[in-house]
Amino acid sequence: MTLTPFLKAMSAVIWKDLAAELRSRELLSAMLVFALLVIFTFNFALELNAQERSNVTAGVLWVTFTFAGTLGLNRSLAVEKDRGCLDGLLLAPVDRTAIYFGKTAANLIFMLVVAAIVLPVYSILYNTNLFLPGLLLVILLGSEGYMAVGTLLSAMSVQTRTRDILLPILLFPVILPALIAAVKASSGFLNAIPMEEIQPWLNLLLVYDVVFTAAAFMVFEFVVEE
Amino acid sequence: MPMIEVHQLVKRFGLKVVLRGLEFSVEPGEFVALLGPNGAGKTTFLRILASLSRPTLGHVSIAGYALPHHAADVRRRLGVVSHLPLLYGDLTADENLRFYGRMYGIEGLSRRITEVLEMIGLAARRRDLVRTFSRGMQQRLAIGRAILHDPDVLLLDEPHTGLDQDACNMLDEVLRAVGARGRTVVMTSHDLARAADLAQRFDVLARGTIRASTRAENLPADGLLAFYRRSLEEAVP
Repeated sequence: MTLTPFLKAMSAVIWKDLAAELRSRELLSAMLVFALLVIFTFNFALELNAQERSNVTAGVLWVTFTFAGTLGLNRSLAVEKDRGCLDGLLLAPVDRTAIYFGKTAANLIFMLVVAAIVLPVYSILYNTNLFLPGLLLVILLGSEGYMAVGTLLSAMSVQTRTRDILLPILLFPVILPALIAAVKASSGFLNAIPMEEIQPWLNLLLVYDVVFTAAAFMVFEFVVEE
Repeated sequence: MPMIEVHQLVKRFGLKVVLRGLEFSVEPGEFVALLGPNGAGKTTFLRILASLSRPTLGHVSIAGYALPHHAADVRRRLGVVSHLPLLYGDLTADENLRFYGRMYGIEGLSRRITEVLEMIGLAARRRDLVRTFSRGMQQRLAIGRAILHDPDVLLLDEPHTGLDQDACNMLDEVLRAVGARGRTVVMTSHDLARAADLAQRFDVLARGTIRASTRAENLPADGLLAFYRRSLEEAVP
């Protein structure tokens, strides 16, 4: 594998996804509207005092990101499949993992854009400061792990007729360790728990990201080939 | 050396055998029409040649590179057109070609894009979104995408599907121009008249193997339909 063609192909996929999304705004708007609806619903459904709010913030945030992310993942790969563009990508004489990393990076960017809009809205609604460097790091690590696994599994599920249903069924059990670690670490930063108690959850997130990104790197070619 | 060589190709999907010991060979510069009824295995065969599907058994090589081990080398020499356009509706014609050009690592990409757009008659629409194009224009752009990297071999899977008469004629002109440049072309088609007009050789694929093959010069005028029917009748067990 030569690095330069790999990076060029990867950056071409990222550029293509961002350019198409800037025009259509289908994926981001769906993710964003859904994310905002979730936090509004929680805000009105849970009548919480200040202490209780602080306890549930991490959980509500990650439930929001997880559901919104699933919408985005489904859409991201469906666009490729419906017009045969996935075949177009696979026909290119590049390492197919460059396509995987390009799609993952683009999906991660969309997820982080959604997070960047959700965080201030949540901060206002719940009267909680979410702009903590530690929390932002957890969101970055958690989103990376989520999109690494999600992009791989959506490449699998998009080949089936029941792709919208299949993706969450496949994804949620696999993402559970990262989700638990992300919620625990986020909660730790929000409640100003000592770093040594948060560190194991951060480590788990890091290990999850590395292991699952490496696993996706190895199997992506077989997942997309008939 | 043949440009495409296939020996004893078998493809199974679970218990279903789609291709059964298929033998196929195409010389450089030949234009072959692959004919056959629905479900004969034409698309599966083309997908294997395009390295989009792995053979269950058998040998496939293109330009001397064996599949699936040298798939990247094969893909570099292949252009593929299917009945789906393989284009992004939210990108312009220019952006679609630019994206694929970057994926193929084409040098002098801007110049090549202009050349191709002029060849397929879409230079004036290069800044328009592909989703605003008619089906015929999309298919012309799909051909442009397939020939952008000047491939040695062009694989066409029923490229006339869904096109009106004018769009079909325009597509045929582009295909003739590609053939005239000495490129090897394999095209599946249900349209015998268009196949007869374009191809130099006709192979009939039925029940997972090539049942008959003939060259255009060996057929009488309007003889393709009779040849096709006879080949299919002989294929019935």
